[in-house]
Amino acid sequence: MLQQYGLIGLLALIAIAFPFVTVGFTWLIRPKRPDPIKNSTYECGLETIGDTWVQFRAQYYLFALIFVVFDIEAMFLFPFAVAFNSVGLFAVIEAILFIVMLAMGLVYAWKKKAMEWQ
Amino acid sequence: MDLSSLDLRAIGAWFHNLLMGTGMSAMLVQFIESLVGALLLLIFGLTLVIFLIWLERKLAGRIQDRLGPNRVGPYGLMQTMADALKLLTKEDVTPFDADRVTYNLAPALAVFHVIMALAVIPFADQVIAADINVGVLYLMAVGAIGSMAALMAGWASNNKYALIGGFRVVAQLLSYEIPLVLAMLIPVLVTGTMRMNGLARAQGDYLGLGWFVWTLPLAFIIFFIASLAEVERAPFDLLEAESEIVAGYNIEYSGMKFAWFFLAFFMNSWVLAAIGATIFLGGWQGPFVDQIPALGVIYFFAKSLFLFVVQAWVRTTFPRLRIDQMMSFCWKFLVPMALVLFGFVAIILKLHLPSPWEGIILLLSNVAILLVGLSFLGRSQRKAVYASKRAFTPTIPRM
Repeated sequence: MLQQYGLIGLLALIAIAFPFVTVGFTWLIRPKRPDPIKNSTYECGLETIGDTWVQFRAQYYLFALIFVVFDIEAMFLFPFAVAFNSVGLFAVIEAILFIVMLAMGLVYAWKKKAMEWQ
Repeated sequence: MDLSSLDLRAIGAWFHNLLMGTGMSAMLVQFIESLVGALLLLIFGLTLVIFLIWLERKLAGRIQDRLGPNRVGPYGLMQTMADALKLLTKEDVTPFDADRVTYNLAPALAVFHVIMALAVIPFADQVIAADINVGVLYLMAVGAIGSMAALMAGWASNNKYALIGGFRVVAQLLSYEIPLVLAMLIPVLVTGTMRMNGLARAQGDYLGLGWFVWTLPLAFIIFFIASLAEVERAPFDLLEAESEIVAGYNIEYSGMKFAWFFLAFFMNSWVLAAIGATIFLGGWQGPFVDQIPALGVIYFFAKSLFLFVVQAWVRTTFPRLRIDQMMSFCWKFLVPMALVLFGFVAIILKLHLPSPWEGIILLLSNVAILLVGLSFLGRSQRKAVYASKRAFTPTIPRM
């Protein structure tokens, strides 16, 4: 078990280092002739107007909020699914109640028109 | 020659004995084995992607009545190598007011998340880099890094098109992660294990009829649609919609950094196809795999490449969706269906039916839920069509 996580750790180190190594390697062989027009923001030939880093629309935020709820739900359901064979019918009903409660949140967001794109 | 000795595990055992024979300590042997395994995975991923890019371009060419790449090498096989060489020598333009750290980190993270996902994919029985007991959960955790990378790229480029691409990443990749994860949860519920190898092994019964694609077709459909969205393929390619936002979040990337995004895209497609093949199509299961374990590799690649080809086929066939259609399809159709399916499957499994009947009942419940869901979808579609027609009917002023 520990060896397998060791492999994952080594793979993580290699996988994160490898792109940087290749980009560093291309730095040696690629041309480097920056000029202000080339380095300007690409917007199909027009000069960019105003600040790019604007506020996110609240719509995206609502989706992210619903996402967090359901992602955590999935996190709780995975251990339940693994232990499924050793739990009784009562635990199954409980898990379904848990889903129903979260589904009520989804229905609430639906009725509040949080999922309509305005 | 005895075919049953043709086993990839034997190579691992041989390598282990070779290292132990040199008299190194057990810790060092483990370290070297892990290092070699990790490097092999990386090299495997990079070589595979060269083939995948060629395959997809050739397929797209044939489907769209073109020839596809056919100049460099036999059948254009060397085209991807030539492209890679070209990208290596290209100038790397960084926009002058980009957020440097995030900008440079994003392509590395995009590659990172797909290579990490390779670690838990079983190529044949027990030919798996790390058969950890939280395999599916690990895939979910690693997959989330991909949406991070795309969002970072969109935000750091200081480009409005890229930023819109980044916004759409948040909307699309995050939303479709939910049906993807819920669909992967259902086979875990049936088998009671999160090990990828265990999931593949559990589907060996009845000569291929034990595959979860037969007993849980709805879960497979949800998984496949969500995986199309996760790999940013048409009809869900809003993140990099060329005709709307130029190239989406990777617009300001050039040279090798662009190459990493490109590579991550193709490898991610294959990784999701491989996960689908392992969880729903039986992975390395197939005829005579018990006698000749090496056949598992062939079955696994056949299945995963089949799913990859279907993805490419869908991509070249369907037009792009609008963002509101895409979001409501996820939250109002896929997620509720996945939740209902989870409840039904949990109850059916607790009835403890005898073996073939359980599968048949599961199949019937899947089909029933799918039909009910489709009828709801059709009704809401018709309503939307009527509403839009009413909105555009010119009102005649009353006299």
